[in-house]
Amino acid sequence: MMRFILPFVVFVVLAVFLAIGLNLNPREVPSPLVGKPAPAFTLPQLHESTKQFSPSDMKGQVWLLNVWASWCVSCKEEHPVLMELSRRNIVPIYGLDYKDKQADAELWLKKGGDPYVLSVADTEGRIGIDYGVYGVPETYVIDKQGVIQYKQIGPVTPQSLTEKILPLVAELQAK
Amino acid sequence: MIPEIGNFALIVGLFLAITLGVLPIVGAARNNAVLMGVARPLAAGQFVFLGVALLCLTYAFVANDFSVLYVAQHSNTQLPTIYRISAVWGGHEGSLLLWAFLLSVWTLAVALYSKHLPEEMVARVLGVMGLIAVGFLLFMLLTSNPFDRLLPAAADGRDLNPLLQDPGLVIHPPMLYMGYVGFSVAFAFAIAALLGGRLDATWARWSRPWTTVAWVFMTLGIALGSWWAYYELGWGGWWFWDPVENASFMPWLIGTALMHSLAVTEKRNAFKSWTVLLAITAFSLSLLGTFLVRSGVLTSVHSFASDPKRGIFILTFLVIVIGVSLLLFAWRAPKIGLGGKFDPLSRESLLLSNNVLLSVAAASVFIGTLYPLFMDALGQGKLSVGPPYFEAVFVPLMIPMILMMGLGPLARWKKVDAPELAKRVRWAFGAALVIALLLPLTMGEWNVMVSLGLLLAFWIITSVSLSLYERLAGRDDFMQRLHGQSLSYYGMQLAHLGVAVFIIGVTMVKGYETERDVRMDVGDVLNTGGYEFRFNGVTEEQGPNYVAGRGHVTISKDGKVVTELYPEKRQYNVSGMPMTEAAIDAGVLGDLYVSLGEPIPDSNGAWAVRVYIKPFVDWIWAGCLLMSLGGVLAISDRRYRIHNKRKAAAPLEEKTA
Amino acid sequence: MKYLLILLFTLLPAFSYAGEAKDMAADPVLEQRMIGLAEKLRCLVCQNESLASSHAELAEDLRREVREQMQKGMTDQEIIDYLVSRYGDFVLYDPPVKASTLVLWYGPFALLLIGAGVLVFQLRKRRSQIAEPQLSDADAHRAAELLEQSEKPEELMKKDPQA
Repeated sequence: MMRFILPFVVFVVLAVFLAIGLNLNPREVPSPLVGKPAPAFTLPQLHESTKQFSPSDMKGQVWLLNVWASWCVSCKEEHPVLMELSRRNIVPIYGLDYKDKQADAELWLKKGGDPYVLSVADTEGRIGIDYGVYGVPETYVIDKQGVIQYKQIGPVTPQSLTEKILPLVAELQAK
Repeated sequence: MIPEIGNFALIVGLFLAITLGVLPIVGAARNNAVLMGVARPLAAGQFVFLGVALLCLTYAFVANDFSVLYVAQHSNTQLPTIYRISAVWGGHEGSLLLWAFLLSVWTLAVALYSKHLPEEMVARVLGVMGLIAVGFLLFMLLTSNPFDRLLPAAADGRDLNPLLQDPGLVIHPPMLYMGYVGFSVAFAFAIAALLGGRLDATWARWSRPWTTVAWVFMTLGIALGSWWAYYELGWGGWWFWDPVENASFMPWLIGTALMHSLAVTEKRNAFKSWTVLLAITAFSLSLLGTFLVRSGVLTSVHSFASDPKRGIFILTFLVIVIGVSLLLFAWRAPKIGLGGKFDPLSRESLLLSNNVLLSVAAASVFIGTLYPLFMDALGQGKLSVGPPYFEAVFVPLMIPMILMMGLGPLARWKKVDAPELAKRVRWAFGAALVIALLLPLTMGEWNVMVSLGLLLAFWIITSVSLSLYERLAGRDDFMQRLHGQSLSYYGMQLAHLGVAVFIIGVTMVKGYETERDVRMDVGDVLNTGGYEFRFNGVTEEQGPNYVAGRGHVTISKDGKVVTELYPEKRQYNVSGMPMTEAAIDAGVLGDLYVSLGEPIPDSNGAWAVRVYIKPFVDWIWAGCLLMSLGGVLAISDRRYRIHNKRKAAAPLEEKTA
Repeated sequence: MKYLLILLFTLLPAFSYAGEAKDMAADPVLEQRMIGLAEKLRCLVCQNESLASSHAELAEDLRREVREQMQKGMTDQEIIDYLVSRYGDFVLYDPPVKASTLVLWYGPFALLLIGAGVLVFQLRKRRSQIAEPQLSDADAHRAAELLEQSEKPEELMKKDPQA
């Protein structure tokens, strides 16, 4: 009489899934851009708007693209981590100032320090859409060929830095 | 002090529930009349203490006791009293208390209206319900106590979510929970029958009215929720296939299947194991819904603030309740007999096909709702499943179901003579087909989907009419024939007509609604759908706890004023949340629906205004209401009332218990 | 009186410059196409809302993006492909049919076939399993006695030809 035990079996499978589901975050969406070339853009630099920056300028280098904004609350949390990283001079950090006002952004960098080699201003958020940004901050690790190798959603923490980002950067730089 | 009394009452309630869950069941196993006899008094005690707990929490809300954390999180001194009361179930902890209280109401109801049942059955049913209450009360006391103190007390509360400050939301949760919890009765009857090995037509007859009552509440609860979404969210949608809506829809579908399956079991003593499985499933899905809403495993508009600890607790509870009952099922079901004989084509088989379709429909909702979770758990990435999926899968499943729904009540028990049935219904089907093909033409535009929807709706109407005609027409006295039919027969037909009315509403509004999103300066007019909408500007109004921009729109047709509408855009003082209050002129043939968007910057009082004309939209909820009324008629049937009379005639039974 | 005055004031300008209301969108046809597409897309930052109904800033930006791509002459499918390449299948409320979604799309219909199959099988099996109640001689005798008191046996014969 196997068929009468079937509902129980189905339920056990379901319960296992639900238990796994409890430890997943349904709101974190992995980026399909990982493993793909970083979308191209040319934007004016935040401090010197006459100068432009484009990811193609970075060919041959491993670099980080950090999406930030002065209005973003969790950016405050990751800011000291980025400052520390820039002091150690391991990998250049470039900033994408997302949907921000220039004056606010500059004040923010003046107050908290500027970890970026340079920042570009994505005032209307178009480049953000191109990069699949859905929450600020987000950080992309881009390799020498200009391919996105990793995307950190949410603030960079000392833990994510030592466990994921820095080993990856070292590996990419050695290539 | 009052919150402590509430807390104490909860704890007493827990101990009563534990006693109720243990003693009567042990008593039934040992045939000990004393142990079985405590079930009813315990049920009453549990009701009293949980009632006290609920009253204490309500008091804390009404008296603005912000030293209670839950009150401070969900209320505010500015909040009108009626919403302070409904705020009791406006959050996770309080809604759990409501759940537990309603469970005690159902338990008490079973205790009161079960005098005709064998004592051991009553003991087991009440015992199982007590065990369920234990789970919920433990959950509340260990992870989500609504009486937790906030020290020092907050000066004022954080206010109730403005979305919930609405008359519809005052009664929607209690109705819906009555439905969810009500399925625990059918569940308890099923478990009691499995425990006692007494699974027969009488069992089905006992659990049938309870199932129907729960189903009526659930139907009303879902309809109210949908109606609320329609007028409150500001863009006239009425169903979104959100995980939380699906969580209530799945038990509804299985509950509907259960009602029909119980009919076969009661009348023909057949398919008992299937019916029992449905009873277990309906309640299991209610519990699963609770888990989905409160654990945060799915993203939904309505989720409560999630907490992994709570998720683990409910999951454990779920595993114990559902796991044990399904094991019990696997152990006992093989011994259940087959019951009466019937042909592969008979009313029985039609009802069972309806069961298959309803269950598959519920399964499709289940798969769609949980698929993102399955994929994520298997490392297959994130995906979303939304309305396009559900519409593509659910609707095709409903078509054969509705077609069979017309045939079922016309078919005879035991054996259907197919050619004879076809001959009987050909005119009914033909009439439905003609109406469905022609009626859309009167709306100006013919479209396949509308015709299909109308065909289904009119097929129900004509087949119901045919059934009434066959039963009521004749040479002898019409009144006598009218009275000769049972109330449950009329109830069934009325509920089926409700489905038809519902389908008409859905079809017409999907096919012919118009929507305009316009910029209106003061004095501007919009001509659409044969109406003229004149925008007379927006004035500021002061609400009890909000400031509103109140628009004034005059609607006229052929130069005559039809109605004046006052849509509002509110800003709530405490939360600062903006809310759209649509203004609706409801009518049998359709609604005129106006909602305010945003003021246009740098203009002289111009606003973005959304205007919708929604033909027959109220038929959606009218249909649900008819279904519920059908359920009410069915349970008023003589055959269920007879027992009550017998109970009154035999008070002795009670004393010996 | 106060109400009348307010009414008067709100109505006054109405007579001065009444005009036909203009659509909010510059191009209502395109807007309708955009909304139609946006209803099938998920707002990423919201709890569970479509791009069409969400008021979130990102949703507004994405609607603008979709609108602009439509203006450039891109087809709905091209726009969907673009968004999926940026945000993944998560943005689609209408998940594509592929290996990992086979169960999602065909599972319900497979279940329907299984359910129908099991039902037919069960119904057939029942017919062979349940024999017509066979009466023992003693029972038949007793039944006949009972029937004689109430009903004529011929009627029983009519109702149940096998007996």
